[in-house]
Amino acid sequence: MATLAARLRSFTAGDLFYSFRRSRTTVLATTVLALMMLGALLAPLVAPHDPFDIASLSLLDSELPPAWMEGSNPAYWLGTDTQARDVFSSILYGLRISLFVGAASVLLAAVLGVFLGLVGGYFGGLLDAVIMRVADVLLSFPAILVALLINGVLRGILPAGQQESAALIVLVLSIGLTNWVQYARTVRGSTLVERQREYVQAARTIGVGSLRIMRAHILPNVLGPVLVIATINLGMAVLTEATLSFLGVGMPATMPSLGTLIRVGNEYLFSGIWWVVIFPSATLAILVLAVNLLGDWLRDALNPKLR
Amino acid sequence: MKRLLLAATAATLVGLSAAAPASAAEIRYASAGDIYGLDPHSMTDSFSINFLQHIYEPLVRYSKDLKIEPALAERWEAVQPDVVRYHLRQGVKFHDGAAFTADDVVVSLKRATHEKSPIKGNLPALKDVVKIDDFTVDLHLTGPTPLLNNFLTNMSIFDAGWLEANNAVEPVNAQQGEEGFTTRNANGTGPFKLESRRPDAQTVLLANEDWWDTPQHNLTKIIHTPIGSDATRVAALLSGEIDIIVPSPLQDAGRIANSAGVKVLEAPGLRTIMMGFNIKDELNDGDVEGNPFQNPAVRKAVYQAINMDLIRDRIMRGKSRNAGALVAPEVPGFDAAVNERFAHDLEAAKAALAEAGYPNGFQFNMNCPNDAYVNDEEICQAMAAMLAQAGLKPKLVTEARTLHFQKALAGQADLFMLGWATLPMLDGYSVLSAMLHSPDDKLGTWNPGGYVNAKLDELTEQVDVELDEEKRRALMVEAFAIARDEVAWLPLHQQPLSWATRDNVHVEQTADDLLRLWYAKVD
Repeated sequence: MATLAARLRSFTAGDLFYSFRRSRTTVLATTVLALMMLGALLAPLVAPHDPFDIASLSLLDSELPPAWMEGSNPAYWLGTDTQARDVFSSILYGLRISLFVGAASVLLAAVLGVFLGLVGGYFGGLLDAVIMRVADVLLSFPAILVALLINGVLRGILPAGQQESAALIVLVLSIGLTNWVQYARTVRGSTLVERQREYVQAARTIGVGSLRIMRAHILPNVLGPVLVIATINLGMAVLTEATLSFLGVGMPATMPSLGTLIRVGNEYLFSGIWWVVIFPSATLAILVLAVNLLGDWLRDALNPKLR
Repeated sequence: MKRLLLAATAATLVGLSAAAPASAAEIRYASAGDIYGLDPHSMTDSFSINFLQHIYEPLVRYSKDLKIEPALAERWEAVQPDVVRYHLRQGVKFHDGAAFTADDVVVSLKRATHEKSPIKGNLPALKDVVKIDDFTVDLHLTGPTPLLNNFLTNMSIFDAGWLEANNAVEPVNAQQGEEGFTTRNANGTGPFKLESRRPDAQTVLLANEDWWDTPQHNLTKIIHTPIGSDATRVAALLSGEIDIIVPSPLQDAGRIANSAGVKVLEAPGLRTIMMGFNIKDELNDGDVEGNPFQNPAVRKAVYQAINMDLIRDRIMRGKSRNAGALVAPEVPGFDAAVNERFAHDLEAAKAALAEAGYPNGFQFNMNCPNDAYVNDEEICQAMAAMLAQAGLKPKLVTEARTLHFQKALAGQADLFMLGWATLPMLDGYSVLSAMLHSPDDKLGTWNPGGYVNAKLDELTEQVDVELDEEKRRALMVEAFAIARDEVAWLPLHQQPLSWATRDNVHVEQTADDLLRLWYAKVD
């Protein structure tokens, strides 16, 4: 307990927290992000309705406008969509799926990509050639095609009854295993540069092991761009998930994610029921923006050259 | 620099608005998807075949009120019950100048019914084509074929010499990605000729000055562009970039109607949307022994649990026509009494399920397309909710049409959506033969659920060869009444046709949802 308190104190007294506190936008972004995550996590408690319980939906309540407009029902304060789902609850539940798929697949892609990029860039030779040729092959296909392929293979492996329950995991794997290439390429490039630097040469001369050099010396210096890619990819992953769901290989239509809500709402852009698309889109935009701001700050704060 | 940018933007804007009105006789047409290629024998897709009938013509064609009228054949008569003689129109020229003769008909019909041809099923009764003289051919059939002319409306005629010169006499299957000379080149007798084509981007047709028929259109040029997204297609119409969109999204009708310079065209369509049941011994994704759908009372409970009035009013915006029969009123075989729907009654549905031994409902999978029919995904979601309210546990999957139909045809769906317009036959026999007859190698091709009824099989086979129109209709009505009482399929509605055009464009909106620009006028 004492060590935890001490650690917390040393963190709050440290550089990182100082630079965090000084940047108002970062504090704001973090607050927004935390609120969204909390809302998503606690959706069953916070949301006034359960949009995934299809037996509770009645078409009679469909397309109600938000609470402040004429003809609305105060029970649905952001209105309802064409299936009579409460837009606010759908956003919370959808955010849950999207955040999970987005975060988990970005994490998977980043860990895999950074590892392969580091190893390839540091050791070079045959290993590097193999990794990079695989990356080239993956890059030469549209990402969605690779994701579909991985998805198909995974679904082929799973027994028929398990597919719905495993839909989330399958989505994470198919998006994550598709997107690692960008990380690997970026990290490999930076690693090639960093490897020639004096500090790495010095570490090598005094007999530091390869793994330690990669982890302690090179990794912190190549992580900047990774954070930027990761923040951009979070938004992309959410959209890829929506596309896969559209093709029928993602989440079932009765359990819409944020991306699915936007994709469906998009068809109603000209029809006057703007709330079915504006609110989910705004939520996604704010989510991606918050993550981006946080990523930007983190890149600057962690960059040893700027310290 | 800033000023320069500003000027450039202004110039672009001026340029855009200047481009808005089309020159008088040019029409810019946007559809949701592109055609499969330029060879009308290479696909069964009715949209593509209809588009290609601007270039190629059949022996007989549908008029604007969907009646058979002479095209390349001037008249015909039955020589024997199974031999029909066609007298061909003289003086018709292909776009490259070659004259149209009986040889072209022989080669074209043989090509269309070649064993590798994807459309051979559209003329199943043809045994042989025999040239009598340069402008007379005999069609030898396997038996009396009341629907021969209906089938022939889909059989485009190529120039035999042109096919031979370009090594294209063998058919290709565009729906399986095959290509041939005819995929990118076209030479027909029709009202328009091909100017240029870029797949998935633009196809340009020019009016054929030497057309044999008196043109009822005043067009000089057709520019066809596929625009997949509903919202983008509407935006293109509103901005004046496009003159006609087919389809126009239902949900945007209000917006389009309220905009100046554009109008919405709506009519009930031919295509009946319905749900098919898996009636095999096991459910694909069930949680009970056996298959409850084998019991007609359970099928009727599913039927009665669905509130089609609500779906019509909300999801279809009051524009669909609820159906109790499997064919639309315009199709021979329709009967008003058969079209009466079983009333929506949630309590009766629950009671029927309990009586059948499923008081707690049961689980099954439900498959729907999300890009094939008007608001298909929304309808299925709403139905899933209604079924859940009756205590059933549908597991809904909505997916792209190619995946959906593949799965449905393979019998992997317990409850699946299907739309049937009866094209190109425009006759109830289309439903009887494909969807209600028990599956064998020729009939029952769209009966993957395995519905078998000996009486329906018998009626179907009688309808096939009955030449007396009155008797044929009575047999079909009898068959559809059985299908209704047994809930062999669950009919939903006829989806509305919804097109939108600029005010200066006048087109004929035919019930089959196909745009025939040879009737189009632009002021």
